Amino acid sequence: MGLLMNLTVNGLATGMLIFLLAAGLTLIFGLMSVLNFAHGGLFAWGAFSGVFFYGITGSFIISVVGAILTGIVLGFITEKLIIKPVYGNHVQQILITLGFMLVLSEMLKVVFGPNQIAAKTPDYLSGSWEVGGVILIKYRLFIILIGIIVFAIVQFILKRTKIGLIVRAGVINKEMVQALGIDINKVFLYVFMAGAALAALAGALMAPYSGVVYAEMGLEFAILAFIVVVIGGMGSFPGSLLAAILVGLAGSYMAYFVPSLSLAVNMILMAVVLIFRPQGLFTAKEA
Amino acid sequence: MSRLLTLENVHTHIGQYHILQGVSLTAEEGEVTVLLGRNGAGKTTTLRTIMGLNPASSGTIHYDGQDITKLPTFSVANGGIGYVPEDQAVFTTLTVEENLKVAMRKEDEAAMARQDYVLTLFPDLKKFWKKEGGHLSGGQKQMLAMARAFVNDNRLMLIDEPSKGLAPIVIESVMEAIREMKKQTTIVLVEQNFSMAAGVGDTYTLIDDGKTVQNGRMEELVRDEELKRTYLGIA
Repeated sequence: MGLLMNLTVNGLATGMLIFLLAAGLTLIFGLMSVLNFAHGGLFAWGAFSGVFFYGITGSFIISVVGAILTGIVLGFITEKLIIKPVYGNHVQQILITLGFMLVLSEMLKVVFGPNQIAAKTPDYLSGSWEVGGVILIKYRLFIILIGIIVFAIVQFILKRTKIGLIVRAGVINKEMVQALGIDINKVFLYVFMAGAALAALAGALMAPYSGVVYAEMGLEFAILAFIVVVIGGMGSFPGSLLAAILVGLAGSYMAYFVPSLSLAVNMILMAVVLIFRPQGLFTAKEA
Repeated sequence: MSRLLTLENVHTHIGQYHILQGVSLTAEEGEVTVLLGRNGAGKTTTLRTIMGLNPASSGTIHYDGQDITKLPTFSVANGGIGYVPEDQAVFTTLTVEENLKVAMRKEDEAAMARQDYVLTLFPDLKKFWKKEGGHLSGGQKQMLAMARAFVNDNRLMLIDEPSKGLAPIVIESVMEAIREMKKQTTIVLVEQNFSMAAGVGDTYTLIDDGKTVQNGRMEELVRDEELKRTYLGIA
């Protein structure tokens, strides 16, 4: 029982981190039809800036805020310089964002050096609690909590605010949104910046979780995020949450019970979902 | 009466296709101008070009004395032009209430009063207030699309084939709503059903192969059997 609980908490924590990364990706795809392979680069920059700000301030909260701001600024630059010229052209989007992903990774090496850097967990989130014989690691519970809070906030914005309404309408019919007098390009920019902020937040939270940050981590986790977006349904926010939890749990259980399959489990999961529901668990219109 | 909209020799390309090859028309304030022509003549593209959705490659479009030819779609709409597309383009997973809310430029007292007035024109929408747009019937979707364009105090409405695919009894309600809207706004209407067009139209513009072939008063067209036979296939 204790083992299963531990595996579940591990899986949920990993799932929530992937969700934070995939959430931005799916919002960007759902509204803007942009395949952003540079998303992992924004995640890695979030991780490095989190470690950097933690190092100079000693405050975990400031490090997370600093990472989010870094994500917002990089998101602004990426949308304006990289994404905007290739709206509507998926082939160009894939090429240019993949290229920019490499640029972002190499820039990390230029700024922070080529070696991996250790990331510390703040004292108040270190250690564990023992509840009924089950050991619950504090930082993992914290990540799960943050994932739930972020999901609730984004859902609130999408369902209860005017900008959320515009985003949901834009996912369904961008052209009509413009014909109602709304500057969809501005909305695109805001959504892109929000997606980049979520990626950076995921990076900042991932750093203490994995203990180190390295320039290639963006590409590694971006692949997981893309799997989650495909399983959840391209453009669906709740779909991403569900798919991220599935991927996180499957990875956690398989790593323990069938280690030889642990690397393949995500691909198997994606293949199974695509066979029975090619559109993913949810559709984009349910974003 | 003043001229609210003027198109002069407008050409529009979509990809490699030269769709509009010289459309000229005017819409006088307070009137209904009907665009007539066969399928594929360029009527829908004309409305989309006015909205900036398929920008004109040459020619000029003036609205309320201002050149809007090169303006982006959202600026055209914010200038006071409402658009009801041929496929209604209702936001399917948004409720009726949300479909109207997303369109409202303001949400002050005056805007809410305007919404109440619009709902008196389309009372069915009130019944389905919390229902998603995708679950409405064809007629209800049409009414929602028209209400969404009319919920702001627009001076000009562009309405594309509102009767398409609707049952006769629903068409009559839609036409009644257009007659009511006409009291408050100027309308450019694309309509295939000639008897309906003649029933609400004050002026017409006849388009064939992407070009304007004739403009005039609707009552003149009603009497011109030759023109109707040649361009509209009405015997």
